[in-house]
Formats: sequence, C-alpha cells, structure tokens
Amino acid sequence: MSADSSPTAAAVSLVVVTAGVSEPSSTRMLADRLAGKTTALLAEQGRSAQVRVIELAPLALDIARATTAGFPGSTIEEAMKSLSEADALIVSTPVYKAGISGLLKSFVDLIDSDLLIGKPVMIAATAGTARHALVVDDHLRSLFAYFRALTLPTSVFAAPEDWGSPAFGDRIERAAQELAQVIRTGVGRAISDAAWSGYQHEFAGRATRAAQTTQDLDFDSTLMQLAAGGAGRNSSSTRLGPDAGS
Amino acid sequence: MQFGIFSVSDVTKDPVTGKTPSEAERLQALLRIGQKADEVGLDVFAVGEHHNPPFVSSSPTTLLAAVAALTKRIILSTSVTLMTTNDPVKLAEDYAMLQHIAKGRLDLMVGRGNTVPVYPWFGKDIRKGLPLALENYNLLHRLWREDVVDWEGGFRSALQGFTSTPRPLDDVPPFVWHGSIRTPEIAEQAAYYGNGFFANNLLAPNLHFKPLVDLYRQRFEHYGHGTAAQAIVGLGGHSFIAKNSQNAVRTFRPYFEGSPIYGHSYDLEDYMESTPMSVGSPQQVIDKTLTFQEGFGDYQRQLWVVDAFGLPIEQVLEQIELLGTEVVPVLRKEMDARRAPGVPDAPTHESLLRAKYGAAAPRQPKPRANRGDNLTGSSPYEDSDPDLIARFPTVA
Repeated sequence: MSADSSPTAAAVSLVVVTAGVSEPSSTRMLADRLAGKTTALLAEQGRSAQVRVIELAPLALDIARATTAGFPGSTIEEAMKSLSEADALIVSTPVYKAGISGLLKSFVDLIDSDLLIGKPVMIAATAGTARHALVVDDHLRSLFAYFRALTLPTSVFAAPEDWGSPAFGDRIERAAQELAQVIRTGVGRAISDAAWSGYQHEFAGRATRAAQTTQDLDFDSTLMQLAAGGAGRNSSSTRLGPDAGS
Repeated sequence: MQFGIFSVSDVTKDPVTGKTPSEAERLQALLRIGQKADEVGLDVFAVGEHHNPPFVSSSPTTLLAAVAALTKRIILSTSVTLMTTNDPVKLAEDYAMLQHIAKGRLDLMVGRGNTVPVYPWFGKDIRKGLPLALENYNLLHRLWREDVVDWEGGFRSALQGFTSTPRPLDDVPPFVWHGSIRTPEIAEQAAYYGNGFFANNLLAPNLHFKPLVDLYRQRFEHYGHGTAAQAIVGLGGHSFIAKNSQNAVRTFRPYFEGSPIYGHSYDLEDYMESTPMSVGSPQQVIDKTLTFQEGFGDYQRQLWVVDAFGLPIEQVLEQIELLGTEVVPVLRKEMDARRAPGVPDAPTHESLLRAKYGAAAPRQPKPRANRGDNLTGSSPYEDSDPDLIARFPTVA
C-alpha cells in the first residue's frame, strides 16, 4: 500500500473496501491510486493519513456465514470496527453482469444502517467495457444514499482503455481533491454530530456514536413514555378494587 | 435460582432417521417433555406461541393447562406470549384462567414476535409492533390489578366498566417477564413495572445481550425496585449433553448441521466457541453456564432449548434427565455459592402472596349477583368498597 503515514493522533483514517478477486486486481489498483492521491493531497495540507485496506475476497466465506447465521464472526466484526472508526471510505468494485459485485453487496448488507451517517465515501468501479460506465453511479451512489453517507460528487470508473489515458489520472486527481477537501472541512462529522438524533438507530450498535448505556438514551421519547406505563389517550380508571393502586 | 427448559415447538424432520413427526405426535411429546422436566426436578417448563407451520404451539394456555394437570411442582411459562397480535383482554382472561388451573404454578414471558405475516393475519400492522406491545402490556397490567377498568388507547377498542374474569388467583397477578433481543423500550417497560427481563441468549455471539440486560438493571434501580444487581434477569441457551464431550459433539452434529437455522451458518465448533450454545459433557455445560453468571451478573432463571431440530423424543427425555440429575444440581450449588448477598430469587406465586398479604388471608373475590353490567352499583365483587362508585361515560 502506498505511503502509510506513521500513525499520530491527528492521522486521517482512510479505509479502502475492494471487491476485486484477481491477483493483481485492477479494482484494487484503482482503489490504491485513489487512496495514494488522497494521501498525497492530505500531506500537502499537513495531515498524515493511515490507509487500511479491506479485501473482500478472503472474507467471502465469512460474509456468507454472517449472512446466513444472522450475526458476524470475528473477521467481519473487525472490518466493521474499521469502517466505524474510518474518517472516510474508498469503495471499489468490479462490474459483473452489468452490476456491482455481489460480494460487495453482501458485505454492505452486514453494515449497521447508521454506521456511515455523514461519512465521506468515494465510489469507484472497473469493468471490461466502457459501456458499463454508469454502474458506479446507478448502483453504488444509491446504495450509499441509503446509509446517508456523504458520497463524493465525482465517481471514478475505469474501462481497460482508461489505463492508457491521461484523462483518467485527471479524474482520479479530481475525486481525490474532493475527498481531501471534505476531510479537511470535517463537514461529514459535523453533519453526524448535529443531526445524529434525526436518524434511526439500534441500541448497542457498532457506530462510534451508538447508544450503549442508559446515559445515551432519550427516556422522554413517546415510546419510552409508553414503556413507562404511559397513558393511552384520556386514560382513566374507576379503580374500584380494594387494591387498585398496586 | 430457577432452571428449566423452553421449547419453540418446531415440528422438524429428524435428519438422522429422515422421519418427521406428525403434529399429533409432537404435541404428545411436548406433554411428555413437560412431565419429565417436573419429574427430574427442573423448575420451569415454557413453550412458545407460533401461528405458522412447522410450529405446533398456537395456543400455549391449552397445552400448559394439560401439563399443569400432569405435574406437581414445576412452574409453567411461555417463550413467548405474543403481546402484539393477541388481544390483551383475552390474554388477561386466558392466563388468569391458567393460573387458577395450575394453582399458581404459572408465569409468562411476553414479547413482540418477529414472523412478519402473523401481524396482517391477525389484523395488525408490524410497523406499529413496538407501540402495540407496550400499550397492550400496559392494559394487561391494569386488567389484573383493577377489578373494573375504563380504558382507551391507540389500538384496540376502548373499554368502559370492564372486569377481566376470573380475577387472578388470590388476587395476585402472574409474574411477567419481558423478552427482547434488541429493544431498549421493552427493557424499560420491564424495569418500570419491576417485572423480569429475559434475553433468549440464542443465535448471537457470547454476551451479545449484555448491553440490554444492563440497561434493564439500571432502570430497575432507577424506578426504585431494588439495586441493579437485584433486578430479575432470565437467560436462555441451547444445550446438548452426553457423558463425554466427543459423544455429545458426534451425536449433536447431524442435528446442528441439518437444522434450518444453524445448518447453513458456522461450523459447530465455531458456534460452540463463539455463542452461548453448550454442547458437551455435564461438566462442560456447567462451566459454560457459569460463564453466563460471570458475564451477565447474578440472575434468576436459566432456560435451555433441548428439543429442537427433530431430536427424537427418547433423546430429548434423556437430555432432560441429564440436566436434572447431573447439571442442574451442581449449578444450583455453584451459583448459590457465587451469588452476591441480597440478590433475590425470581418471584413465584408463593413469594408474591407473602409479599402482598404476609400472614393474612388472601383476598378471594366473590361476585355479586349478575346485574347485567359492571357499572351500576359498586364493584362486581362482594368485598368492594361501597363508597367507590363507577363514573359513567358522559355522552354529549
């Protein structure tokens, strides 16, 4: 992996999720170029970055087991922890049969719905023909919209001929610039900080901000009041039994 | 500490023999299982409520009434009674009936149910499942504690002057556990009322349910029912026991791998390691169960699934025998020795009776003659305070 900076308190955590399966994989190569460029731009801002790569191919069986068992094993839990702690994601998939990799979708299906709120996500795809160019926008953009992630304006698609095209490097640079700027301003975190309670959450989830204890919960919500004996409308009682109050 | 078994009541093909029991055979087997649990000294026998094949227990009160007649000591319970798709008024009546028939050997566990089509089949909206469960329990709670109830809520039709009959045995309502795997509002409701909280401890990693149990404990204390450590916690688990570990794994493996819910997931060994499932010798099952006490804190009720996935009735009965003779007696001693002072047992009819009346005679409600309604005069029972008069609804 290119230029892993030494970890410091201020280091930006970039997590790459790549669903390529060959060795070498052009999907991984694309992700590496995006991560490398972003790291370089962050360095110009004086920010160091740490890149962690999650290769899905070696996790394929664990992803399938987690799907059928209904809960993840340790390798998937570890990947989820990386995602939740990441400052930004770079997601790269091959195009198969005119769609994103099923392996990537199966992995994404395991992510808590509130894990990526406001998180900057760069989306990228590779394919055997330029005719698949819109798959990345059609499939990945809508997928991360579901997660309320902050998907970047530029997505990066690579057909075979792009690897010989200088314009490809320009697109990579543009996408990396977008990501570096979004990270610099911290807007994703600000969105998540300010609007967290407006999204749906599960108790004791994996998001760094997920409610884990009584201190994190709002006991004044309508449902919590209903839980605490809360009256139905105009509730009243004749309370005639000798023991009505108990 | 109470130990027992809970059944999902699935009718499943035995993956070893290839035979599927009939519903009739499975129901008779469940009666036999309840009886056997009583004979070997287990404390609790619970069955679930399901409304779709391959499950057979659509009416747990009918089954449990028969088990009550066949047993002497064991407490009958549910796992769970659906608090969403049942009418809380009918639940109040059915379970009060069962409590009388079982002479107080009854509590129940209420839950939401997660089979999607059951909601529309029973005319309910699953998107409203949580408020439905919360509101329905609030009503059930009152129906067992107030002789005459006026009530209006968001879901069922309103009640004016309704008396749920029979009144609970000795005017002491059955103890209620709230079962949940993810919902803080359910833990909150259990805590608010000082009821029990049960985590099924199945189909999830070790200690997965601890945040929810801890939430319940803290809110139990918040509402003044006792300290967090004194909250009434129940845990489930899945067990399979043989004389030694190799035999247990060898015998259980085809049932695990053939099971519709486990079979296509992790390897048995991984599952035994990373989840609360206990497969092994009596000592291994004892050791695993003690880790629950370490992880969740002192608790009051341990239930195991022993009869799922087509395990033949003879083997199920052997499992219950091993639990009752080799596992539970040791766990009773060990857990008692490790329990912090001041941690109570789970409430029973006897303990609730004592708490309410001390040495005095319990209330035995006797109805007045039929007046055609519950609104004229005072309460429908002879011992009601004559000065308390029902308020009529006013019609504009």
